[in-house]
Amino acid sequence: MLQSIRHLGATTTAFVYHLGRITLFALAIARAVVTPPARFRVFINEIFNLGVLSLVIVGVCGLVVGMVLGLQGYNTLVRFGAEESLGAVVGLSLIRELGPVLTALLTTGRAGSATAAEIGAMVRTEQLDGLRMMSIDPMHLVVSPKVLAMIAVMPLLTALFIVCGLGGGYFVGVNLKGVDAGSYWSSLHANVVFSDDIAGSMLKALIFGILVALVSTYRGYTCAPTAAGVSSATTSTVVVASVAIFISDYFITALWGV
Amino acid sequence: MNQGSTRDLIVGLFVLAGLIALAFLSLSVGGLSLRNNGGMMLYANFDQIGGLKPRAPVMISGVKVGQVEMIKLADDFRARVELDVDPKLQLPVDSSASILTAGLLGDQYILLQPGGEEAVLKAGEEIEMTESAVILERLIGQFIHNTNIEKAGPE
Amino acid sequence: MSLQPAASSAAPAHVLFEDVHMAFGGRTVLRGMSCEFPRGRISIILGGSGAGKTTILRLIGGLVRPQKGRIAVAGLDVTSASEADLYTVRDKLGMMFQGGALLDSLSIFDNLAFPLREHSKLSEAEIAKEVRDKLAAVGMSGVDHLLPGQLSGGMVKRAALARAIINRPEILLCDEPFSGLDPISVKRIEALLRHINRELDITILISSHHVPSTLRLADQVVLLVQGQAMVGSAQSLRTSPDPMIAEFLNEEVDHSRALDLGFEPERRPIL
Repeated sequence: MLQSIRHLGATTTAFVYHLGRITLFALAIARAVVTPPARFRVFINEIFNLGVLSLVIVGVCGLVVGMVLGLQGYNTLVRFGAEESLGAVVGLSLIRELGPVLTALLTTGRAGSATAAEIGAMVRTEQLDGLRMMSIDPMHLVVSPKVLAMIAVMPLLTALFIVCGLGGGYFVGVNLKGVDAGSYWSSLHANVVFSDDIAGSMLKALIFGILVALVSTYRGYTCAPTAAGVSSATTSTVVVASVAIFISDYFITALWGV
Repeated sequence: MNQGSTRDLIVGLFVLAGLIALAFLSLSVGGLSLRNNGGMMLYANFDQIGGLKPRAPVMISGVKVGQVEMIKLADDFRARVELDVDPKLQLPVDSSASILTAGLLGDQYILLQPGGEEAVLKAGEEIEMTESAVILERLIGQFIHNTNIEKAGPE
Repeated sequence: MSLQPAASSAAPAHVLFEDVHMAFGGRTVLRGMSCEFPRGRISIILGGSGAGKTTILRLIGGLVRPQKGRIAVAGLDVTSASEADLYTVRDKLGMMFQGGALLDSLSIFDNLAFPLREHSKLSEAEIAKEVRDKLAAVGMSGVDHLLPGQLSGGMVKRAALARAIINRPEILLCDEPFSGLDPISVKRIEALLRHINRELDITILISSHHVPSTLRLADQVVLLVQGQAMVGSAQSLRTSPDPMIAEFLNEEVDHSRALDLGFEPERRPIL
């Protein structure tokens, strides 16, 4: 009993400690971003690694999620004779919640874990120390471009996920279930507002991008320089980032709706 | 370096695709207007607006000319509806506004019927003649009531 | 426990350690270590595993800070320097890491060109020439396009060495340059280090537990015993009557013997 209380206390202390460290880490990144020279080439490479390479998983999952929404939505709406509103149901679900959250989770699994592993491996093989000894700040060359790229890429991937999802819902609803195509798009158009829904969705995507970027780079940067350390950094990145995404999703939804 | 320029191209395409998706969602789906918001604002007071929502369309002869901007409660406890219509619209001052339903269970919209006067409404002015929304439940209740009276009538 | 001092040189110390205390997570590695590393000489830091050899190099580079004491590199105090000032000091240093620490996503060419592209104003053509020259100097022409992962251990170390000196540092720090190498590669690295010291007049500090090579190369030996430094020449170390030193050398030589087959017997200091 006492042991578990002690453990809880230790976990809380560790949590607060890491929160402080990650804030300082974020400040160091911000400082590095505004310091010349601009690492444009590295930034482009990172957009490729994090964005382009996540396209397939985001697109495929978006399409399938849209199809499931189309199916479930149709089956539920048809009971009330309201299947003409399928477009609105699929669209609002995707735009407000499933688009940003699922894209962020998929990106965490693919790009976030890759980032943590990559930086962790660089720590283990002393590459970051090598950079420091060559008077190059690893935060500037390695970490910042990855963070910026992740933040830039997340809204783009989310938009693509949503569009694929709308297409998937269209395919199931219109082609398979016979919903009128015009009704699909008009109910979608009538019920989606840019200022509330789209803007809110992109805001979520940006915030999730920041979370995944910070967690993955921080865990990689501070991992123990062993193979086990790198592995732990990778798994904890996925866990911590996923939980952070869900919790912040609630708060953004609650506050944005005001 | 050749590998570099191919990569740049792919990255550029990716960003372009993302931006196009974003633009599609914002403009086509979300209804963001790129044109200057030079819409003309008109006002109308209704006794009953039913299920009228902001962004509901404003139509003349079935053609959309604007949308409902805002709905507020007026001082005399009627509903004050703000309409955002095409600024080029020349609407006579005696035009009327009614709230109709698209289909039986559809969304509600505002239908403007132009009057005959020469003078036209300018921005900020009021549409005097309004017809409130029909509440389906009241209609059914009235129908049942009338039927009961008919049934009871001859006796 | 006395050694004859190294042949005193008139030049002032290039790197100076004054009463340095260093501890990691409860374990004290250096206790009041004081030592001078003369300019233009090859100094070897000898000691068992975990004795603090790598730590000394990391302290010089400012990668870690000591709990107490002062370290001066070419007259500049690194213990109290800010991160920005440290970069000024590091311009004078070149470090050859134990695992090479080459950037594994870049080719060998790009790895060597990296410090030049970052810090010098040379054109791409001039950089290419420098890189090719250095690769040729370490006997690795023709591998520029390969990735570090595609090289053997010995080649990685030679590439790392080339990168360490490409920006013409004043001081070269080598962390275990001979570890994990076959005897021929060991000889190669030895020859390269000697060449770098003589021809380019670069001060070299080597941390190692490979006794035979280090005794051959050293102008000065710094032996780490229980967190403190005992300084002397290679000769005095070999002929020291101190049983502790003899035991250390013996053990280390046995260690090396297991690794270093084909080692010339007449150079073996003990037995």
